[in-house]
Amino acid sequence: MSGKKYLFKRNNVWWVKLAVPLSLRSELGYDLRRTTGEKDLDKAIPIRDKIIEEFKTEFQIRKVNADDKGIVLRGTEHMQKTDISDPQYFHKVVDCQYACPAHTNVPEYIRLIAQKKYDDAYMLNWESNVFPGILGRTCDRPCEPACRRGRTHDKPVAICRLKRVTYDYKNDIDPYLPEIPKVKNGKKIGLIGAGPASLTVARDLLPLGYEVTIFEKDNKPGGLMRTNIPSFRLPEEVLDEEVYRIIKMGAVLKTNSYIDSLENVIDSFDAVFVGTGAPKGKDLEIPGRKEANENIHIGIDWLTSIAFEHTKSIGKKVIVIGGGNTAMDCCRTAIRLGADDVKVTVRSPKSDMKASDWELEEAIDEGIPILDNTSPKEFLLDDEGKLKGMKFEKMEAQYTDGKRKLIPTGEEIIIECDDVLLAIGQDNAFPWIEKNIGIDFNEWDCPIVDKTTMQSSHPKVFFGGDAAWGPENIIWAVAHGHQAAISIDNFCSEVDLFNRPPPLTNLVSQKMGIHEWSYDNGISQEARLEVPHADLKQALNDLKMEVELGFDEKLALEEAQRCLNCDMQTVFQEKLCIECDACVDICPTDCITFTTNDTEEKVREKLRVPALNLDQDLYVSGKLATGRVMVKDEDMCVHCGLCAERCPTGAWDIQKNNYIEAHNLNKGRVKAKEVA
Amino acid sequence: MSYFKPINKHPNLEKNKLGLTRRDYEGGVSTLCAGCGHDSISACIIEACFRLNIEAYKVAKLSGIGCSSKAPAYFLNASHGFNSVHGRMPSIATGANCANEDLLYLGVSGDGDSASIGIGQFIHAIRRQVNMVYFVENNGTYGLTKGQFSATNDLESKNKYGEDNLFPPIDLTSMAIQMGASYVARSFSGDRDQLVPLIMGAIQHKGFALLDIISPCVTFNNHDSSTKSYDYIRNHNEAMGKTDFVPLGEEIKTNYDEGSSVEVKLHDGSRLSLEKTDHNFDPTDAGNSLELIRKKNKEGKIITGLLYVDNKCKPLTEIMDLPDKPLNTLEQEELCPGSEVLEEINKGLS
Ligand SMILES: Cc1cc2nc3c(=O)[nH]c(=O)nc-3n(C[C@H](O)[C@H](O)[C@H](O)COP(=O)(O)OP(=O)(O)OC[C@H]3O[C@@H](n4cnc5c(N)ncnc54)[C@H](O)[C@@H]3O)c2cc1C
Ligand SMILES: Cc1ncc(C[n+]2csc(CCOP(=O)(O)OP(=O)(O)O)c2C)c(N)n1
Ligand code: SF4
Ligand code: SF4
Ligand code: SF4
Ligand SMILES: [Mg+2]
Repeated sequence: MSGKKYLFKRNNVWWVKLAVPLSLRSELGYDLRRTTGEKDLDKAIPIRDKIIEEFKTEFQIRKVNADDKGIVLRGTEHMQKTDISDPQYFHKVVDCQYACPAHTNVPEYIRLIAQKKYDDAYMLNWESNVFPGILGRTCDRPCEPACRRGRTHDKPVAICRLKRVTYDYKNDIDPYLPEIPKVKNGKKIGLIGAGPASLTVARDLLPLGYEVTIFEKDNKPGGLMRTNIPSFRLPEEVLDEEVYRIIKMGAVLKTNSYIDSLENVIDSFDAVFVGTGAPKGKDLEIPGRKEANENIHIGIDWLTSIAFEHTKSIGKKVIVIGGGNTAMDCCRTAIRLGADDVKVTVRSPKSDMKASDWELEEAIDEGIPILDNTSPKEFLLDDEGKLKGMKFEKMEAQYTDGKRKLIPTGEEIIIECDDVLLAIGQDNAFPWIEKNIGIDFNEWDCPIVDKTTMQSSHPKVFFGGDAAWGPENIIWAVAHGHQAAISIDNFCSEVDLFNRPPPLTNLVSQKMGIHEWSYDNGISQEARLEVPHADLKQALNDLKMEVELGFDEKLALEEAQRCLNCDMQTVFQEKLCIECDACVDICPTDCITFTTNDTEEKVREKLRVPALNLDQDLYVSGKLATGRVMVKDEDMCVHCGLCAERCPTGAWDIQKNNYIEAHNLNKGRVKAKEVA
Repeated sequence: MSYFKPINKHPNLEKNKLGLTRRDYEGGVSTLCAGCGHDSISACIIEACFRLNIEAYKVAKLSGIGCSSKAPAYFLNASHGFNSVHGRMPSIATGANCANEDLLYLGVSGDGDSASIGIGQFIHAIRRQVNMVYFVENNGTYGLTKGQFSATNDLESKNKYGEDNLFPPIDLTSMAIQMGASYVARSFSGDRDQLVPLIMGAIQHKGFALLDIISPCVTFNNHDSSTKSYDYIRNHNEAMGKTDFVPLGEEIKTNYDEGSSVEVKLHDGSRLSLEKTDHNFDPTDAGNSLELIRKKNKEGKIITGLLYVDNKCKPLTEIMDLPDKPLNTLEQEELCPGSEVLEEINKGLS
């Protein structure tokens, strides 16, 4: 097996994903995923092969179990008619929405942008991801590597930067915010930490009448979004608007309130949510560390002290140690504070760096050299005991069985410096949680948290964001927040936590009349547009000047036209089909084949273009008059609607798939409707 | 709503020896009724040309008038084309054939165009063995003029409004065999597996090749009493067994038992391999073919497949001993033999 088969990229690391045979999906879910831990494709490939073997064994084991239960497995059977009433089926076709942890309805908001309905586009985002203005500038954007356009064309739609457009062009959206009940429901919830995770929980609970109190150790809310994401990437006014919008919904915010004992607060609340992040920056214990302490800074703490304007300068020569996004923010901040010689050093090869491609690019564009395969050995001091430089050893990466080993070469280099910034990772830390109050921790001092409910071993205590399983990103913190809020609402209403609200879905035909469809299928064939940047020289002299200017309206509308409308689903009704092949002939990407049924493996082989991407499902009809079936490979469909347009009998229809992931906001809406 | 086919295509689309994909052989977006059999035939022509690695600029598409005659606009965008008056495509083809033997001529016509107004021309093109592939996209009706009976409509087949048909049909395949056509096949627009190799064989054949393709008119002749509807054809089609086109130098990949297939060698050395059926049928014996067609017509069956082939025939240009080169490439010396030759001739006359 070669190429990128079964591989996809997430957070810049290659992951393996294998489609689960239909019959095992109720047990295993739609697919099995595991990270290879590799950024470099060549290295990921051998690991992929191993993982696939393991997955196959997994299937085999389940298969044996299934045989025991008398379940017939699809693997040896003809393909079954696709069940499109399963909300997950079409959800999965909308690649971006499926990949988004909060399942934001991307194609719908892009369409709203195209119609210049910025308020609506913003609100659609706000309901799902809570911070459209912030995320439109900083999101880790798992949707983009998933975007279908990356398969059918070259580069994905600029989904993230279009989200920013909804913020930049909206008007006053206050009238559309949910109503907060004057009469409260009597339940009090305590949220510890005012980062995106807690803020999401607050937003989802306030409209249901909960009384919410947020405790924050700093003097302003926002968490790492305020203290660590530099304002040249995220201007303060954007952050303030979206963070205080939630506080204004009625949360009681207690700043400068470090919680030093969970036990002390737990009894004052019906439930407690811990959203305290992963606040401890890792240190580097090598010779000279203690002696040079004055000029060595933990990256995340240093960024925090800049955000709060405690630190306003840095030495001329700066070394940043680390290869992740924090290192990128540190080096770019250092230049802006006046350093004129900033270098980033990483132990691993450049291709293995953890930083997102675009963050690395920005640093390189600002003229910062990245020295890879460079491992720190010693902090060097001058006669007065002050830091004067660092000693490094050059490393060489060797790969055996897909596992990377960094081998010291013995070659040493010395780099002069005035200050060093350490950006080598973050840990969770819960010194303030008593060990005897019923919260179980694992061997790495992380709480044991249920993946679905976010509940800890203490029924009243929920975790989310970086506090739950270590550092992630904002959109995952939001997704956790939604789930925790659902759990807290269930918990306080004495409903089983696993009895979770299903997504709201409906499929609506887009046919308006003969040759009339209610969506614009005329996609742009242009390449992805670049976001304009501020003048580099000016930007480097101003810590607060936003580097990216965002799309102007013209660019935004052009980029929006690149979206393939993947939520416009092709729905097939075999009883209407006369097998005239009109759809087969018109389909620009050869998605449709009429063929005899067989096992999935064989069907995939014999399509007009063999369906090699197992991530994507085949849509199989029931038996047609000739005994054949219609098989559509969802992989390359560009949702042009021409199959439905050319079908003489209406056997194909284009239906918009509205998939709204459940969260308390829409749960509340359903409740309100039930009352009415 | 855009009706244009987006230009992006499947990245794994197969390429032929010229490095082209099927989509490079497409034409404009069809304006025929959605579901029209003619569009399926266009798709099969595209497929055949793609598989034969044909260079589109070496093809001329000729047609008359009718929905079927509009079809050349929907395939092979880069080819030459001539849309003649109603029923006159055969003379255009004859002339073009004489003037330039190098092009591949694809004549696309309908049952109205060929069996009514153009029947005289049609017969003479066959008789003269014009080297071309002649498609009759046969729907039993005048589609373009809104559904009148055509001369191939079966007696018992009423029109869409329930009116009776008064006259018996012309069977174009038997007529063509009798007139000397050297490659005669019948097929169904909905049976690609059969149609594509038949088209490929017809293209490689040198001489007049007739493809009589039943091609349902979804709008005017796809109703219950029609004998040219999708349902009727599927229920009455008697296919002659699998046909495979085997390009020159390639082994036959089909796995019939030995002796169970008949092979026909075409002019360029490629072969058609025909699966034998219990008809005990020899496609090179015209009498045999005519008898089979007559018998099946009587049984109410539609026999499809390669019905007749004469791979030793001489095409028009050979019969007339025309120059091998296209007329427009002949040089001055070739056209004008010079005064010496003239003198010789003059001498002979005196
Ligand atoms: C330098 C840097 C850059 C980043 N850039 C991005 C980016 O571009 N995009 C992205 O998506 N993610 C980015 N991240 C990650 C992202 O910021 C975090 O994943 C996210 O903020 C986690 O949210 P959270 O709510 O779990 O916790 P946090 O944002 O960490 O918030 C936790 C809050 O709890 C408070 N707190 C902690 N302990 C206590 C206590 N005992 N009592 C009271 N308050 C307490 C803290 O002061 C803090 O305000 C970045 C991280 C870093 C370090
Ligand atoms: C000289 C002349 N007579 C009559 C017509 C009207 N006319 C146009 S198309 C057509 C019949 C076409 O039938 P057919 O060849 O079967 O094509 P179809 O539309 O069924 O594919 C007729 C009679 C004409 N265009 N020119
Ligand atoms: S093309 Fe549009 S709808 Fe499709 S995956 Fe990309 S962003 Fe989503
Ligand atoms: S919408 Fe229909 S015609 Fe268009 S790409 Fe998808 S399957 Fe093909
Ligand atoms: S166009 Fe419609 S009727 Fe024709 S084959 Fe496709 S689905 Fe069936
Ligand atoms: Mg006709």
